[in-house]
Amino acid sequence: MSNIPEYNSITAIVIGCSVGGLNALRILLQGLPRNLPVPIIINAHVAADGTNLLPHLLANQCCLPVTEAREREPILPGRVYIAPPNYHLLVEIDKHFALSVDEHVCYVRPSIDVLFTTAAEAYREHLLGILLTGANNDGTQGMHTIKALGGQTIVQDPTTAEADIMPKAVIAMGVADRILPLSGIANTLREIATLYDT
Amino acid sequence: MEIKCPTSNLQDKLRIECIEINLFLEALYQRHGYDFHHYAKASIKRRIQALAKAYEYTNIADLIPRILHDETFLTATIARLSVPVTEMFRDPSVFKALRELVLPHLCSYHRLQIWQAGCSTGEEVYSLAILLEEAGLLKRTQIYATDINDIALHQAEDGIFPIAQLKRYERNYMAAGGKRKFSDYYITNEKFFRINQDLRKHIVFAHHNLVSDGVFCEVQLVLCRNVLIYFDTNLQRRVLNLFHTSLARQGYLCLGTHESLRAIETANLFKIVDFKNMIFRNNCETI
Ligand SMILES: C[S@@+](CC[C@H](N)C(=O)[O-])C[C@H]1O[C@@H](n2cnc3c(N)ncnc32)[C@H](O)[C@@H]1O
Repeated sequence: MSNIPEYNSITAIVIGCSVGGLNALRILLQGLPRNLPVPIIINAHVAADGTNLLPHLLANQCCLPVTEAREREPILPGRVYIAPPNYHLLVEIDKHFALSVDEHVCYVRPSIDVLFTTAAEAYREHLLGILLTGANNDGTQGMHTIKALGGQTIVQDPTTAEADIMPKAVIAMGVADRILPLSGIANTLREIATLYDT
Repeated sequence: MEIKCPTSNLQDKLRIECIEINLFLEALYQRHGYDFHHYAKASIKRRIQALAKAYEYTNIADLIPRILHDETFLTATIARLSVPVTEMFRDPSVFKALRELVLPHLCSYHRLQIWQAGCSTGEEVYSLAILLEEAGLLKRTQIYATDINDIALHQAEDGIFPIAQLKRYERNYMAAGGKRKFSDYYITNEKFFRINQDLRKHIVFAHHNLVSDGVFCEVQLVLCRNVLIYFDTNLQRRVLNLFHTSLARQGYLCLGTHESLRAIETANLFKIVDFKNMIFRNNCETI
């Protein structure tokens, strides 16, 4: 069983990052066990030129299938989904993805706030939100909603982040349950996997 | 900073908001006939929240008396619920594919009719007109560009866009295989550029609702990008049927690059021409 009982009921994980995100994600995904019983949904700000190399780059690092989230796709455990460039990624209450080309939020699309907020409303207290390195304020609102709906939050320790603005903003708002370096976050993900192994 | 909203409060708030949204959509439907019930939920919810916020209402329910009693509020409401976000030559590879795979087949028609559904503020339909011009087809083409957002339609008709976008549009145009100088197609002042009237005069802008309106003419190409992503599967199916019926026997359909294929797979109404760029051809063997 996990040392952290709140994680026992987690059924989905969302991760947000921008500057420095690729390296951070590599580290997190490398250690993921094959039997991860929950989906991981990632929003990393990438170039908006329509080409998304991220699923490809990360698939090599990870023993789980990594794909770009597609419109209307059901969200399944043991899968890693990446938000497509230039679309907001939303989670519907019935745990399907939706995409939109609505206005940019916090100057970005896909917006971490949009993903985190809709995921929080769909998964409520069963959601774990993780915010990593990044150089703007996107994600703060989303982490706030996750917390307010009873979910769990982890923020990358800003002193270990390539860009510390994003993690610092969440900590300043007082909605970070835990502040951990990447190795600590990776351990947590492994723990969540073992929870269901018994 | 304190968390203002303890868990139970926010959960209550969400439940109430869900009721308010349903009541508002019902009021909009019964009063004005606009049916948004079959739009993708998470997204329409965000639009309604933004509408309430724009008019400084604390609760979504406050929109209900306004939509029932204030005639003038409808246009603004539709404009806010619709997502008039677009650009010229968005996804250049799609326009390149239209240029190379579709237009050559359309050359054989003496008169061409094209329907662009969900034209928003017009950037996309002018991009299409440029393609047709460069293929020597524009002179014999009539384009119908439709939307439910009247404010966007008016802007589209004016064909005036902020100059700040010009650089990006020019890059897109080149990436889409542009054959001339992009500057051949507009005039500028300090803040805006205006699309040339020669392109404009082949386009009719009109109000048409994909949810409730029917076929209005036979066309050789339907362009409908980033509209179906806002609809649920049933509504998508209705609209695909509408396109199928509107298209000539060998007519083409072009959808958005990230649109779900589920509806189209099950509908079996179209054959794939270019999967990546979401270009299809009407399949008439089924009728
Ligand atoms: C995101 S824009 C897409 C613009 C353009 N096609 C593009 O891809 O750049 C979506 C447009 O669909 C329109 N729309 C939404 N519901 C519609 C309906 N029921 N009938 C017609 N147009 C609709 C909206 O008003 C909006 O202008």
